Amino acid sequence: MIECKNLTKRYMTGDIETVALKGVTFTIEEGEFVAIMGPSGSGKSTLMHILGCLDSPTSGTYFLDNHDVSKLSDDGLADIRNKKIGFVFQAFNLLPRASVMRNVTLPLIYAGVPEAERIHKATESLNGAAFPEKFWYHMPNQLSGGMIQRVAIARALVNNPSLILADEPTGNLDSKTGDMVIETFQRLNSQGHTIVLITHEPDVAQHAARMIHIKDGSILTDAPVKNRRIIHKTLHHES
Amino acid sequence: MNPKDLFLETLSALTSNKIRSGLTILGIVIGIASVIAMVSIGEGAKGSIESSIQGLGSNLLTVTPGVVQAGRGVVSSGRGGGTTLKNTDAEALKTLSGVAAVSPESQRRFQIVSQIGNNTNSTVVGGQAGYSIAHNLVVETGIFITDAQERSVARVAVIGPTTATDLFGADNSALGKTIRINGVIFKVIGVLQSKGGSGFFNQDDTVIVPLSTMQKILSGTDYLSSIAIAVTNKDDMSSVQQTANDLLLTRHRVATADFSIISQADILGTLSQVTTTFTIFLASIAGISLLVGGIGIMNMMLTAVTERTREIGLRKAIGARRSEITTQFLTEAVMLTFFGGVVGVLLGWLIAFAVSSLAGIATSVSMQSVLLAFGVSAGIGIIFGYYPASRAAKLHPIEALRYE
Repeated sequence: MIECKNLTKRYMTGDIETVALKGVTFTIEEGEFVAIMGPSGSGKSTLMHILGCLDSPTSGTYFLDNHDVSKLSDDGLADIRNKKIGFVFQAFNLLPRASVMRNVTLPLIYAGVPEAERIHKATESLNGAAFPEKFWYHMPNQLSGGMIQRVAIARALVNNPSLILADEPTGNLDSKTGDMVIETFQRLNSQGHTIVLITHEPDVAQHAARMIHIKDGSILTDAPVKNRRIIHKTLHHES
Repeated sequence: MNPKDLFLETLSALTSNKIRSGLTILGIVIGIASVIAMVSIGEGAKGSIESSIQGLGSNLLTVTPGVVQAGRGVVSSGRGGGTTLKNTDAEALKTLSGVAAVSPESQRRFQIVSQIGNNTNSTVVGGQAGYSIAHNLVVETGIFITDAQERSVARVAVIGPTTATDLFGADNSALGKTIRINGVIFKVIGVLQSKGGSGFFNQDDTVIVPLSTMQKILSGTDYLSSIAIAVTNKDDMSSVQQTANDLLLTRHRVATADFSIISQADILGTLSQVTTTFTIFLASIAGISLLVGGIGIMNMMLTAVTERTREIGLRKAIGARRSEITTQFLTEAVMLTFFGGVVGVLLGWLIAFAVSSLAGIATSVSMQSVLLAFGVSAGIGIIFGYYPASRAAKLHPIEALRYE
């Protein structure tokens, strides 16, 4: 369902050319939990931007759900992001002036979903992100970091996307709340959601089922995670 | 994004910084209010000048010696300077059809002294019985000049209310008293009702004597300074003007006129032009403040775009199209200016009301100027909001999300 072939990305900064990706090829199947790991400057952020349709590759092809999205216009990419991708950012990026409920429904507003249906879907995804009901109409500044990140996860889920892209989702959290967020991802994955986790911390990447290690714009290793760390309880029982 | 969501988003953005939004709106309020107030004062002045000219006699043609040059209007014509109009011209004009009254007039300024010793310098008009008809004059006390007095060269005078007050004081009746005009004793037989004219048109400060008395005793010339023709039917104004013109050309045996015939419409036209210029002048000063208000909007919106860069990045990341970002910021700008427009119109109305009730200047707020103000304020929102909005829409989502 994600098929990348020979993706390259070059930037021009003044007269100096920077090559961020040097021909990356991989496939991610539906229902996978993949960690893309690498140090800063490795090109993992660039890869995440292309996977998230925030940017277009310089060359190569990117098929998402069998659609070539590598050559779409700005507005075409916006539609793909709206319908097929859910983002979870390191910096949370909630609207500070809007309630939890309004933040979660925001992608549905842009998708043109009627108001009654929005509340229904938001309720589902807030429950899916294990966000307690009594805070649904609170403002983000009344919530802790872990809670805020759950709102962001609920927002990413609300459009029932093909792909959830999490960019350093635990980067701004302490290890305990970070584990709670990872637990949520593991549970969502067990329910069938495809998750791509971008991180520079090997400890965090250990929670995924497959790890793509990227360095200097190329894939170093691409293998299933050995000794996968499981936080999610039901998963414990299964394994 | 549907209109309701757009409205809610805009409202929450504008209310999140109430002081800044309020100050920006204030700029527009002041601009719109001053446009409304200034235009209403200009329109009011126009209206009061028009009604005071109509008070001089609406169906009136005035024949004056000399030629009014085209385009120079009545002010520079030097009326009364020529010596081409005679009493016989007036007699001939009386025979024309469609004419209600013909009033031959000779006027000059004289020093006037009352029997109690007050003196004033006023316009003395020699006129006949038809003068009061042509100029819509009403005698408050006493009578107007009669044909018999005209024939007998009587030394009688009808005086205006201002002249009466100047000469005899406000508390004393002037009727039956005597005045000296240029040393000659006249008896006051009537005092006119006030017409409330002012400035160039003060008909209240005047003395009317029989035309024969004026010509034979006071001025010693038999020329007329003007002939007023009251036309019976307003629709016949131009045809009467034409026949009077032909008649006088024949009588004077000239090919090009050595006289001018001016209608009230001509005078009205000239003065309307003056007041329109005045209104435009006031409105453009007010317009400048509106422009400054618009720049305030742009400034605020640019700041908002910078401050909310990350928000814009997020909105784009979750699927907002360029046009949706543009619309959102444009709506914020238009809502600011529209709100400013509503308050500004109300404030302008209040100012116009205060000016007319406190300063006594007539004002009139027209629906046209209100609609114009709304249109202009919404237009300013679009014009000054467009640049910041398109800047927001063009932001790259990645860079916007990374913005610190």
